[in-house]
Amino acid sequence: MIMPITIRAIKKSEPGRMKAALIRIGAMILALAASSLFILLLRLNPIDVYLKMVQGAFGTAYRVKETIVKTIPLVITSLGIGIAFKMQFWNIGGEGQIAMGAFAASYFALYMNDMPKPVLLLVMILASMLAGGLWALIPAFFKAQWGTNETIVTLMMNYIALKWVMFLQYGPWRDPNSLGFPKIANFPENAVLPKLLGVHIGWVFALILVVAVYIFINHTKKGYEIAVIGESINTARYAGINIKKTILIAIMLRGGLCGLVGMIQASAVNYTLSVEITGGVGYTAIITAWLAALSAPLILIVSFLFAALLEGGSYIQTVFGIPQSAAEILQGLILFFVLGSEFFVRYKFVFAIKHPTTAGKGAS
Amino acid sequence: MRKTVSLLLVLVLLFAAAFTGCAPKQEPAAPPEAGGDAPEETPKAEPLKVGFVYIGSANDGGYTQAHDEGRVYLEEQLGDKVVTMFKEGVPESSECEKVINDLIDQGCTVIFTNSFGHMDYTEKAAQAHPDVKFYHCSGYKSGPNFSNYFGAMEEARYLAGIVAGLRTQNNNLGYVAAFEIPEVVRGINAFTLGAQSVNPNVKVKVNWTHTWYDPAKEKEAAKALLDAGCDVLTQHQDTTATQQAAEEKGVWAIGYDLDTRDSAPNAYLTAPIWNWGKFYAAEVKRIIDGNWKQENYYGNMKDGLVDLAPLTDNVAPGTQEAVDKAKAKIIDGSFYVFQGPIKDQTGAVRVPEGSKMTFDEIMSVDWFVQGVEGKIK
Repeated sequence: MIMPITIRAIKKSEPGRMKAALIRIGAMILALAASSLFILLLRLNPIDVYLKMVQGAFGTAYRVKETIVKTIPLVITSLGIGIAFKMQFWNIGGEGQIAMGAFAASYFALYMNDMPKPVLLLVMILASMLAGGLWALIPAFFKAQWGTNETIVTLMMNYIALKWVMFLQYGPWRDPNSLGFPKIANFPENAVLPKLLGVHIGWVFALILVVAVYIFINHTKKGYEIAVIGESINTARYAGINIKKTILIAIMLRGGLCGLVGMIQASAVNYTLSVEITGGVGYTAIITAWLAALSAPLILIVSFLFAALLEGGSYIQTVFGIPQSAAEILQGLILFFVLGSEFFVRYKFVFAIKHPTTAGKGAS
Repeated sequence: MRKTVSLLLVLVLLFAAAFTGCAPKQEPAAPPEAGGDAPEETPKAEPLKVGFVYIGSANDGGYTQAHDEGRVYLEEQLGDKVVTMFKEGVPESSECEKVINDLIDQGCTVIFTNSFGHMDYTEKAAQAHPDVKFYHCSGYKSGPNFSNYFGAMEEARYLAGIVAGLRTQNNNLGYVAAFEIPEVVRGINAFTLGAQSVNPNVKVKVNWTHTWYDPAKEKEAAKALLDAGCDVLTQHQDTTATQQAAEEKGVWAIGYDLDTRDSAPNAYLTAPIWNWGKFYAAEVKRIIDGNWKQENYYGNMKDGLVDLAPLTDNVAPGTQEAVDKAKAKIIDGSFYVFQGPIKDQTGAVRVPEGSKMTFDEIMSVDWFVQGVEGKIK
C-alpha cells in the first residue's frame, strides 16, 4: 500500500529575523554553489570568476562610478514601485512611465532648449514627473473608479508608451542629419545634467528621494493611509480614509518618480530619447523593490548590490571571453535562489502522511 | 530544524573562512594591475590590448561572426603581441559608449566598433580618449584618433544579383533589409543591377525589419516576401533566418557575411562575404610597429576584403561562368557597379551613359534603381 505524502506550504505567522537572515544566507550559498557548477561547465574556475565579478563592479574608481550610474535608475524606480506596492496596487507600468517621462523631458531638450541651463533642466524634471505621473494616473483612475485590474492595464500601457517613442524615433523626431538611420538628435549641452564627484547628479536625487520617501511612508498621515489601504481596504474605509484620493495621490507620486528616471536616463546617460531608454529598469526595479521588502533604505542597498551584479556580469564577459548569454545565466541563477529564498522566509513546509482511511478516493 | 540551522551556520563559517583565507593571497595581485587585469603574463613587451564592440553575438552565423573570425585571425597572426577582448550584444545606444569605456578601463588602447549606430558613441569616446585608437565600421565619421573602415560590398552584391537573376523562375526576388540607410540601399541597388544584367525582367521586393539582429523578426519578414511570391531571397541582416525561411518553403536564398551553406543546405546558393582578418591584422600590426596613421579604409574585391562565397550545386547552370566574367571585370577595373546608364524607380535617368556615381554619391545614396519594389522613408 502506498501512503501518499502531501506537502503543503503554510504562511508563517511571524518570520523570525534570525531565521530569515539564515535562510537568505543559505540561499546565497546555494546560488554560488549552483553557479559554480555552471562555471565549471564553462571550464573556468568559479572562485576566479566570482572575484572578477567583484572586481568588475568595484575594482577601480571608474567601475564603482559605473555601478553607481546603474544603481540610480533602479533606486528611484524601486522607490516609486514601493509606494504603489505598499498599497497593493500591482503596478508594473514602470517602463511606460519612464518612457513617457523621458519623452516629455526630451520635448523641451530638443525644441525649447534656448532657456538658461538650470531653468531648462528644472522644466525638464517637472515635465517628466508630470508626464510619468499622468501616465500612471490613467490606470489608477480606472482602478479607483471601476475596479479594473491595474496589472494588465499598466502592462499594456507600457507597450503604448514604448511604441509612441518608437514612432517619434522613426518618424517626426528622426534626426534629419542621420542619413536615414532612425535616431533622434542628441540633446544640446544645455539639456545634459551636470556631474558631481564624477557621477551625474542623479545620485544626489536618488539619495534625497530615499530619505523623502522613507519619511513620507513612515512619518506622514498620507503615508500611513497608504499602508492601511494596502493592509485592508475595509479598515481604511472604516477609518474614514478617502480611498480614491489616496490611491490617486500615491500613484501620481509613483508615476512621477518613474518619469524622473526617464528624464535622468535621457539627459545624463543617453543624451537623447530612444526606445532603449528604459533599459528594462521598469521591470528590474520590481525585483529590487520586492527584495528590499519595499523599505526605502533597503532599496538603496539592494539596488546597489543588484547593479554590482549586472556590472560584474558584464565585466566577466570581456575578461573570460564568455558569451553574453552565459553571463546572463549566472545572473539569473543567483537571482533565482535569492528570490526563491523569500518564499521560504515567508512560508514553511508541512509534511503529512495521508492515511488511507482519511484520504479516501485519493489513495487509488 | 535546529540541526539544519546549525549546518547552515557551519557552511557560512566555512565559506567565510574560505573567502578570507584566499583573499590575502589574491589581494596583493590586484593593486599593481590597477587599470586592467588580464591574467598576469609579463613577457618582455606588454601585449597590445585590442577591444571589439559587437552589435550581435559572436556566433550569430553572420555579420558579427565574420568580424569575430577576423579578431581570431588577428590573434593568430600577431600571437603574444596582442590580447583581444570583445563584448557582444552592444546596442546602438549610450550603452555602446559605456562598453567602450569599460574596455579602455580594462586596458584596451585600440577599439573596434562594428555597427553603424555605434558611430556617434565611438566618436564621443574618441574625443574623450585621445590616446586610444578607434575604428568604426560602416560609418562616415572620423577624427585624429578615429578612423572608419568598410568595403565595397556592392561589388559582391552585384555578383550575388547575377546568381539570383539566373536562378529565379518567376523573376521575383526578395530582399530582407535592416534600415533605410545608404549602406543598405547601396546593396539593394547593386544586387538589382546585377540581377538585371542577366535577366532584365527581375523585380526586387524589399521588406524592412528595422533591426540588424533579430532572428524572429528577420524570419517573419522573409516569410512575407515568400508569401508575395519571391523565389530567391537575400538579406541585409545578421543572421541566417532568411535562408532558413527559404529552405522551409523549398525555394532559394543568398546569404550575407559568411559562407553559411550548412544552415540551409537546399536553399543556399552563395553569399557576399567579408574577410576582416587581413585588415584587422594589418592595422594592428601597423600600430605595434609604430607605423600607424589615421586613415579611413574602403576595401574592395581586389583587396580581398569582400568576395562572393563559392557557389553551391543549387545554382542554375552557367552561373559560375557569368559570375567569373563579371568578377574579373570588377577586379581589373574595366567595370564599375554604379556606372551609367542607371534609372531610378520613376524611370528618370540618374546616372547617364558614360558616367559613374562618385564615392560621395554612393555613400549618401537615398534612391532605388528601377526594378526595386520598395520605399525609402
